[in-house]
Amino acid sequence: MVNLTINNQKIVAEEGLTIMEAAKRNHIHIPSLCYMKDVHQIGACRICVVEVEGAKTLQASCLAQIAEGMVVRTNTEKVRKARKVLYELMLSDHSQDCLTCARNQSCEFQALGKELGVDDSRFEGKRSPFHVDASASITRDMTKCILCRRCVTVCNEIQEVGALNPQNRGFNTEISPAMNLPIGKANCALCGQCTVVCPVGALKETSSTQKVWNAINDPEIRTVVQVAPAVRVALGEEFGMPTGSRVTGKMAAALRRMGFDDIFDTNFTADLTIIEEGTEFLTRVQNALTGKGAVLPMITSCSPGWVKFIEHNYADQLSHLSTCKSPHTMLGALVKSYYAEKIQADPKSMYVVSVMPCTAKKYEIERDEMKNDGNKNVDAVITTRELAEMIKSAGIDFTTLPEEEFDNPLGMSTGAADIFGLTGGVMEAALRTVYELVTGRELPFDGLHVTPIVGLDQVKAATITITDTLPEYKFLEGVDVKVAVTSGLAGARQLMEEIAKGESPYHFIEVMGCPSGCIMGGGQPRSDDPDVREKRLSKLYEEDEGKTLRKSHDNPYIKSLYEEYLGEPNGHKSHELLHTHYVKRGKFNELTKENFVVEIDDFTKRRAAQALSQDTKAAAAVKLPPESLPPKIFELEAENRRLKNELQDTQETVDIMKSVLSKYTKQG
Amino acid sequence: MNEMQVKGTLTKEEKEKAYSQIASVIDLYKNKEGSLIQILHLAQEIYGHLPLELQEFISMNMDIPLSEVSGVVSFYSFFSTVPRGEHTIRVCLGTACYVRGGKKIVEYLQERLGVELGGTTSDGKFTFEIARCIGACGLAPAMMIDDTVYKQVNVNKLDKILDQY
Repeated sequence: MVNLTINNQKIVAEEGLTIMEAAKRNHIHIPSLCYMKDVHQIGACRICVVEVEGAKTLQASCLAQIAEGMVVRTNTEKVRKARKVLYELMLSDHSQDCLTCARNQSCEFQALGKELGVDDSRFEGKRSPFHVDASASITRDMTKCILCRRCVTVCNEIQEVGALNPQNRGFNTEISPAMNLPIGKANCALCGQCTVVCPVGALKETSSTQKVWNAINDPEIRTVVQVAPAVRVALGEEFGMPTGSRVTGKMAAALRRMGFDDIFDTNFTADLTIIEEGTEFLTRVQNALTGKGAVLPMITSCSPGWVKFIEHNYADQLSHLSTCKSPHTMLGALVKSYYAEKIQADPKSMYVVSVMPCTAKKYEIERDEMKNDGNKNVDAVITTRELAEMIKSAGIDFTTLPEEEFDNPLGMSTGAADIFGLTGGVMEAALRTVYELVTGRELPFDGLHVTPIVGLDQVKAATITITDTLPEYKFLEGVDVKVAVTSGLAGARQLMEEIAKGESPYHFIEVMGCPSGCIMGGGQPRSDDPDVREKRLSKLYEEDEGKTLRKSHDNPYIKSLYEEYLGEPNGHKSHELLHTHYVKRGKFNELTKENFVVEIDDFTKRRAAQALSQDTKAAAAVKLPPESLPPKIFELEAENRRLKNELQDTQETVDIMKSVLSKYTKQG
Repeated sequence: MNEMQVKGTLTKEEKEKAYSQIASVIDLYKNKEGSLIQILHLAQEIYGHLPLELQEFISMNMDIPLSEVSGVVSFYSFFSTVPRGEHTIRVCLGTACYVRGGKKIVEYLQERLGVELGGTTSDGKFTFEIARCIGACGLAPAMMIDDTVYKQVNVNKLDKILDQY
């Protein structure tokens, strides 16, 4: 333990803590901006500076460790002045379009200004060049970037994708893909984790809200909406509800009030995925065990960020991916075929919207592989954050809404589908069905939870021994099925390295692109609750446990879907609608011409034009003399300035010579 | 001076040769931490400049994200991503050289070569840059062409110097 003083308060704290942490534990608040505990502590913004007795300069408290007898002051005039200057310097190169910014009132930089009591902006001058880069998933608005580098840490160290890094130097520094390539052309997974940590509006999802409103407002269009499992334990946070609040019923009610015609649940096709993917897995295992040969381990393909990652980095291993489309594209495909037939509607007049905890799903729907008969399976994806924004702008009082149900036939789901939204969930759901299919018995785990793969560790593994199989699955008798689960692309890389070397011991692997799974997806509400992962996780498990039907194959609507339309799992119709293939992109996108660059919106275009005209005006103001004075005077003045400069140069040289001479004379 | 640096565009064989040379440089330094700058330095010497394609090659072989490689390349003014001239002129504008008339040299060279700072002449002969003190303050104003330092340069001497190349 270490004894120190912070703001005259005697404190005993654990050794190795930073000043920031020690202060926090003793209820002393130090303002900060770029700091993210245990994730990003590099002292980039220096807002958290404090005075340490004996130190020459102010210290960044997120970095400086406490020491015995240390005397720290966190709120002296010197410190507060320094913070304000730092803030104003950042502000001087920030676009300041706050009122029209997507992060207005949820901006950490804005909140900090208020906290520091900044009431002046003394630094004016040059701004970084205007640069907005939009991809189908993520929009980078570099006029708002304050270079805190949180996104760099998340992209390089948490996800190990390395798409973003600082480019250029000094005033021209920009956080960007290599050689300032557009993000849609870079080897970015579009997972959107950077958009969650960005404190300002520099990194955000590319908005689709207006597109969706347009569809809703068009009476000719039948709008169909579906919601991913993870959204229902996060959406409430945007309306001030406690972290992880389960708002499934309210959400369905809100969507109905927004004007969607059909309120479906992606959970339904999560159940369907289990049937399709489970069948695919059993076929692969059977082929492997009976000598026909099959690619194992099979890896889940629900997470488009992960799919893009493997397409870039392990393009030779694509056959390991399950051919199943992700659940929301399956639902889109069914809406425009099965459901359209049922209600006798023209699929072309239907507009499918997916509410996803994900930014990668936005690029996914643009892929050619996610179209049937040239029709997109899903027409628009909005994130959880965008849905909240739309609900608010529709004037719906979310917290007082009644609990309502999803519509059928594509709205009912079992508990197995709910846990698709958390790490380990897809695997657990698959095992519940596969095990029962093969043995005729329930999965032998307490509460059907496959305990070894529950939790937030990066890579989790389990072995399930299959005994007493049903006669048609005799080939599985006594087989140890080895499964692994990972979330976050760094973990995926680890498992893929094993596979690439041919050393992977597993049969089935679940990968989710975001750490902890979709509950912490790139499109989820930004949370300052340190326990947000655990809370959303446990609430989603609650959602599962609260249902009577908890195994995908028990879903009655799935059964009738196969009877009425699809025939059998992995059958002809399924392959046409529910399965897909993948693209080799190459580590640097060199193997494909496909990119996901989109045009910037009209408002951004106007801003760009404005910025340009301001630049030219500024440039013109320097060059052009005011018209009121005759030109001769300027010529003379210019000549005068030139002569003065020359004189000054000469005088300086003379002075230097003199001092050298006098030095020599003194010595001599 | 390496002959590779002479040409902006390399033939296929030259390119292959350069890449294999660079590959062996990477092998040599790969396992030493912080060796990226050194490797980029040598790669530029071998290839002449560091285009995106070559950065990809280095990124792949060193297992460092491309954006990081490109970040380092764009940070240091010494690295260039576009072909450079046969010779690089660096006029020192450190304090001493500035005071002794470095600026006049820059102005004259701009006029004579017909290029802006950082540019390359249309015949591909010279790339023209400034340096922030080359440590030859006693010889001010100084300038370098490739590895040769020219001392106490003035406008009258410049034509003679350039004519040597």
